[in-house]
Amino acid sequence: MSELLLQIDGRKVEAKEGMTILKAAQSAGIFIPTLCHHEKLEPYGACRICVVEVDARGRTTLAAACLYPVEPDMVVRTRSEKVDKTRKVLLEQLLAHAPDAPALQELAQQYGADKDRFEKESSFCVLCGLCVRYCAQVKKKNAVGFVDRGASREISFIPEIASRECWNCKECFPLCPTSYLQAAYHLTEALAFPRHSFKSASGK
Amino acid sequence: MPRINSAVELEKFRKDLLSKRNPNKPCITLCSGTACHATQSEKVAAAIEQEIEKQGLKADVDFRRTGCHGFCEKGPIVVIYPEEICYLQVTAEDIPEIASQTLKEKKVVDRLLYVDPTTGEKATLESDIPFYKNQERLVFHFNTRIDPKSIEDYLAIGGYQALAKALFEMTPEQVIAEVKAANLRGRGGAGFPAGIKWEAARKTPGELKYVIVNCDEGDPGAYMDRSLMEGNPHTVLEGLMIGAYAIGAHEGYVYIRQEYPLAVENLTIALAQAEEYGLLGEKILGSGFDFNVKVHRGAGAFVCGEETSLLMSLEGKPGEPRARPPYPAVKGLWGKPTNINNVETWANVPLIINGGASAFSSIGTEGSKGTKIFSLVGKVNNTGLVEVPMGVTLRDIIYKVGGGIPGGKRFKAVQTGGPSGGCIPEKYLDIKVDFDELKKVGAIMGSGGMIVMDEDTCMVDVAKYFLNFLTGESCGKCSPCREGIRQMLKILTKISEGKGREGDIELLEELGQTTRDASLCALGGTAPNPVLNTIRYFRDEYEAHIKEKRCPAYVCKELVSYYIAPDKCQACLSCLRKCPAEAIAGGKNQIHVIDQEKCIKCGTCFEVCPSRFRAVKKISGEPVPPPIPEEARRIVRKSKGKEK
Repeated sequence: MSELLLQIDGRKVEAKEGMTILKAAQSAGIFIPTLCHHEKLEPYGACRICVVEVDARGRTTLAAACLYPVEPDMVVRTRSEKVDKTRKVLLEQLLAHAPDAPALQELAQQYGADKDRFEKESSFCVLCGLCVRYCAQVKKKNAVGFVDRGASREISFIPEIASRECWNCKECFPLCPTSYLQAAYHLTEALAFPRHSFKSASGK
Repeated sequence: MPRINSAVELEKFRKDLLSKRNPNKPCITLCSGTACHATQSEKVAAAIEQEIEKQGLKADVDFRRTGCHGFCEKGPIVVIYPEEICYLQVTAEDIPEIASQTLKEKKVVDRLLYVDPTTGEKATLESDIPFYKNQERLVFHFNTRIDPKSIEDYLAIGGYQALAKALFEMTPEQVIAEVKAANLRGRGGAGFPAGIKWEAARKTPGELKYVIVNCDEGDPGAYMDRSLMEGNPHTVLEGLMIGAYAIGAHEGYVYIRQEYPLAVENLTIALAQAEEYGLLGEKILGSGFDFNVKVHRGAGAFVCGEETSLLMSLEGKPGEPRARPPYPAVKGLWGKPTNINNVETWANVPLIINGGASAFSSIGTEGSKGTKIFSLVGKVNNTGLVEVPMGVTLRDIIYKVGGGIPGGKRFKAVQTGGPSGGCIPEKYLDIKVDFDELKKVGAIMGSGGMIVMDEDTCMVDVAKYFLNFLTGESCGKCSPCREGIRQMLKILTKISEGKGREGDIELLEELGQTTRDASLCALGGTAPNPVLNTIRYFRDEYEAHIKEKRCPAYVCKELVSYYIAPDKCQACLSCLRKCPAEAIAGGKNQIHVIDQEKCIKCGTCFEVCPSRFRAVKKISGEPVPPPIPEEARRIVRKSKGKEK
């Protein structure tokens, strides 16, 4: 892997070929906000909160920092009018689904995002896919997955696998930026788990 | 069957085939594409076979079932060679007459000929029909001549000669140079130069490389790739093999929609035949080049036409895009260098190799060479598939080839480029159609969809329609696409329901920009086009909906009311009887009145009111006049002096 130089927010940053902009920025101590990114998981590029402005190949584009590979002499701006505005609108769209998610609220404050800008459609899930990908890539169980597509996309536990695998794991719970994952899990548990693995609320 | 082992043998085989065929022998051909299939070409085919037998013509007449002719509105199409007499909308009942008159007596059956709706003139030959006369059919030409299920038909017209030329007379680099010199741009949508893509895939190191045909045509109303694949699968295959040779790939895939059964069938037959003749598999044509092709059926997701989603789907994963870079030329199918081109792009390759880059690039504009096939549909007289040289004007396509707008209506816009394309207004009808000019006016070439819209089209409704399509076809992975389309569709729906608010247009523009700039793939990147583009050219219509609660085209149901003008109503009972909501009061000699509370705005009354009365009016943006008092509803007729 050869070393290369690029510029992030006016600073010269050294990076290795094949590295993402996010990695290069992190190694230089430059912060880029993320929602769907996780160290243990393959880059996904779904939430687009990490968009940055990139001058490369003779043009300026918005790129997802978590996916876009660094190039020599690339110029990156992690904050700009366009970047901030894009992040603000993206946050406002996600806040329509999960208005009280702490991770979203914190970012909303920073970018001046109005949680009431769009009509509420409280699915509570922002489809970051952390649970789905963690279960597939780290645990290799696929107990939770995506169903449907487009605006109807949602996450769902697969009862047959979940009833076998989830009881002693639940490692995905703390990853969820909202509380929807736990709710979905408990719903699956209540509806579809075999009776013997089900413990009542009183613990008896 | 003989395995063809060299270029010389290929040529000899072709000459042998031609020597056995008499070009002057009458041949009756029947279009057997999917569109004609839908208009009962199967029955016509059975009738032709039966009649040839019955009238003792078996030895004297050939019967050939060909691919799509393109004039699908007038199918099933029968063309009789060598004269090229063309009969339209032929039914099985017409066949005995065609056989006895045309095949036997060489007489033309007048009533089956094309009649020009404007001049009333008839056209005997297919090439005399204005729809065809104004086209330039290079890629589509043989669709109407050959039986797609017969490799011999394809070989007889010089098929696989371009492959032989590439394999024996050119190095892979020379093939790439030729395609680059021809400036062949991808016909699937983005218009990226194919030669540059090929070169990138060739230069990426690696033993294993792939080439792929993208036949996941998903735009509503577009079917040029289907017709090519159904009508001339060998030419697509030949192009693919030339590309594979140039790139250094030995494995290919055809990704084809499950919804295209005939294309799958004809392609599968073509693959088996090519293998049998030594044109596919090991040591093709006796050269050192090996190549195999697999057919993969897509499950019908629009997003899988996007190349990275297509790769995911081929790998057996959900059809969701992955980020570029790395581009498929570097890291494609199973991480290997891969080149993906659309059906029409591949079909152009044999033309370039056979005729040379300079002949190919002599057609077209500065930046876009060759021809383009469009699927011309909507409010236009001649609908179907048209192939025209790049650089022809929109006006020529719509008025010369398409025959103009039916019913004396006014042209409003033409939508190009599929669901994420743009609507081009009348003032740009004279732009030259190519990749760059369309982009300049905010539309795209896309894969070649062209929907003509007349004055009865509401542009807010059009934007809503396409966004509704895209909201279901977005994969939902990245939030700008999923959420952006969702919010834009919500706003558009409200505007069309008369609930639009001041500031909605600006909000749509803001959402559109975010979706366009931040989405993961081209679906999201172009999804706001129908909105941004209609706002750009038809902002006044948006404003009428929002400010005046008026739909200028009288399309948006919630903003339209129906009203019967009392001075025009002749109490004929037509609307009263047909109204499904029983919302019309009245009777014999009683002026009819619509109960606005009961009216479901289906428009039936408007349609059935006799044109000599035209009593039913559409109203938008203004209050419906109060119903006339009961006592004033009686019509007193003076006719025939029977008045009491």
